Amino acid sequence: MVLPALVLFVVFGVVPLVGVLVLSFTSWDGLGAIHAAGLSNWRSVLTDPQLPHSILVTFEIMILSWVVQTPLSLLLGTFLAGRQRYRAFLAVLYFIPLLLSSAAIAITFKALLDPNFGLGPGLKLSFLTQDWLGRGDLALAVVIFIVSWQFIPFHSLIYQGGVRQIPTTMYEAASIDGAGRIRQFFSITVPQLKYTIITSSTLMVVGSLTFFDLIFVLTAGGPGDATSVLALDMYQRGFMSNRMGPASVIAALIVLLGLALALLLRRLGGSTTASQQEGA
Amino acid sequence: MTTSRRTFLGLVGGGALAAGLAACGSSGPTTTPGSTTGAGGASGSGATYWFLTGQPQQTIREAQVKRFNDANPDTKIKTTMFQNDAFKQKIKTAIGAGQGPTLIWGWGGGGLKAYVEAGQVEDLTDWFNQQTELKDSIFPSAFTAATVNGKLYAVPGETVTPIVLFYDKRAFDKIGAEPPQSWGDILDLVPKFNEKGIAPFSLGGQSRWTSMMWLEFLFDRIGGSEVFQNIFDGKKDAWSDPSALKALEEMQKLIKANGFVKGFSSITADSNADQALLFTGKAAMMLHGAWTYGNMKASGGDFVTGGHMGYMNFPPVDGGKGDPSATVGNPGQYMSISSKASDADKETAKKFIANNTLDDATVEAWVKSGNIPVVKSAKDKLSSITDKNDAAWLNFIYDTAANAKNFAQSWDQALSPTQAETLLDNIAKLFQLSISPQQFASNMNAVIGQ
Repeated sequence: MVLPALVLFVVFGVVPLVGVLVLSFTSWDGLGAIHAAGLSNWRSVLTDPQLPHSILVTFEIMILSWVVQTPLSLLLGTFLAGRQRYRAFLAVLYFIPLLLSSAAIAITFKALLDPNFGLGPGLKLSFLTQDWLGRGDLALAVVIFIVSWQFIPFHSLIYQGGVRQIPTTMYEAASIDGAGRIRQFFSITVPQLKYTIITSSTLMVVGSLTFFDLIFVLTAGGPGDATSVLALDMYQRGFMSNRMGPASVIAALIVLLGLALALLLRRLGGSTTASQQEGA
Repeated sequence: MTTSRRTFLGLVGGGALAAGLAACGSSGPTTTPGSTTGAGGASGSGATYWFLTGQPQQTIREAQVKRFNDANPDTKIKTTMFQNDAFKQKIKTAIGAGQGPTLIWGWGGGGLKAYVEAGQVEDLTDWFNQQTELKDSIFPSAFTAATVNGKLYAVPGETVTPIVLFYDKRAFDKIGAEPPQSWGDILDLVPKFNEKGIAPFSLGGQSRWTSMMWLEFLFDRIGGSEVFQNIFDGKKDAWSDPSALKALEEMQKLIKANGFVKGFSSITADSNADQALLFTGKAAMMLHGAWTYGNMKASGGDFVTGGHMGYMNFPPVDGGKGDPSATVGNPGQYMSISSKASDADKETAKKFIANNTLDDATVEAWVKSGNIPVVKSAKDKLSSITDKNDAAWLNFIYDTAANAKNFAQSWDQALSPTQAETLLDNIAKLFQLSISPQQFASNMNAVIGQ
């Protein structure tokens, strides 16, 4: 049973990864012959002032979207873990954004936020009539908002599952001891969800390294390069500028960053893989 | 969405919309019945031809192939059609892998140069010199973008689309002014329109090439055509030419004076929002390609049909060295032949180019669709246009293209992909006022000749 998975992983995971590493030491325009370039691509990318900027923007989006998404998903997930029927209905409603493709979401928001033909001018609401995507700080905030809007449903689903795993006896005992709902949330739900939080955070953090489609369609990295994340930088170097070498360097950097972050989060969560169920 | 090469080439912006469309609907290639290889485009099993979907271009291209196949039943051409972004990615990858079509449809310039340097396209110089009739019929300005190192690698075809200054006559009536005759007039008009709550210029700045069109004209009007020619030729520090710096300064002067619509840097050209600003009266003028005419006529209510749309060539800059008849934009589309194709397929492709791409039926079809094909004989067909707005427009475009002292190809196509991307990136920053003209010049000098 392991072999097919292993073959797939090697063909679609390891081989491209090695390919990218090899390409990062070559110069290639995607058309002609591939020439060895030694360390020059690495040197030029690592000294390019664009790179720290892209990394900064990537981390800004990563951290801010984590900060926005985690509490909201946690609260929403806890709320939805109740058993009333209306909550099942709400859960379905909340889940809808995740079913839409990022490109469709980006196009829709772009139309809604248009300073001349969008929602604000349409409803004559001046506070909505901002140059949302034309000002760097606003554009970054819009990206974070849309990312959160899109992915909170997914993470609240994870939390919903996590909360339902918590034995009801713990809440019953707490009630008997006189703990209110808020106290129960912070003393039972959150600690019990520790591993769920780590899983969800890992997905958010590592996933945000590869944000591309949404930003590509929404702002194309702009205005200027205010929302130019690493993945977009890679695309622009590789497929727009026809410089596959430097693009491969960035791809390799993204892999390294992703690995480092995933390991870091694992470390933060403690290295034990034992169950967090009561008493264990 | 119109299918000019602009929407296609609007790099990020264009890709963005196309990516969106691809996500919404079918973006896969459409293959004609009878093709055995599907989208694979094999070489050696008959000549193949890939081109773009979208009307009216698609119908005209299909008719060309049909006429050819009917006349040559033994050497039929198989066609595969792609949506814009699918085509751009697919053809580059396919050519890189030696799996390209026999007939390579493209935009010439820097992209063609990359194919030439990779040895992927056939040198057509000798063959084309024998096609005297075809050669003499094409606008001479169209050949620059097809020529690499003095050799011809592509044959011009399809349409000429210069960049034009569009304006709304109603907006000028409101402020009681005349259309600008010089750059100075433009700067003078800006506060007058702003006072009346009309944006002086519409601009889809997120698409970046839209902003580039302004620089193309300012460079030309201030310094003449040799300023960009030096850049194109890879002359060291060519972007720091005093005329270039002057043009960049004038550009930022117009931006600082609020010459462009509020929020221009988040507007894309691909959604045609910039055209909508003009024809809904929110903006007074717009610098844009001739390819926008069709959409403005179709979507703009009575803007075109009611005679409210005005248009002119970009005005001169006082004291500038440039020839005011010169224009920029798209001097044609181009067909190359893959060097990897079999000799028989190459012959088929040459026959197709010689007999079917700019034949009488094609020229007539282009004119009827509201376009000027890249041949002199287009003029003869103009008298058959009955709509007076269309007739006036087509005559204007014909005269602009035919009389242009110099018809420069859009920079993002003329330059190599590496330079083009750096250019678009820096133009976005220049228009954001986040870099100075000097920084712009030094950033661009750093990639010159690459």
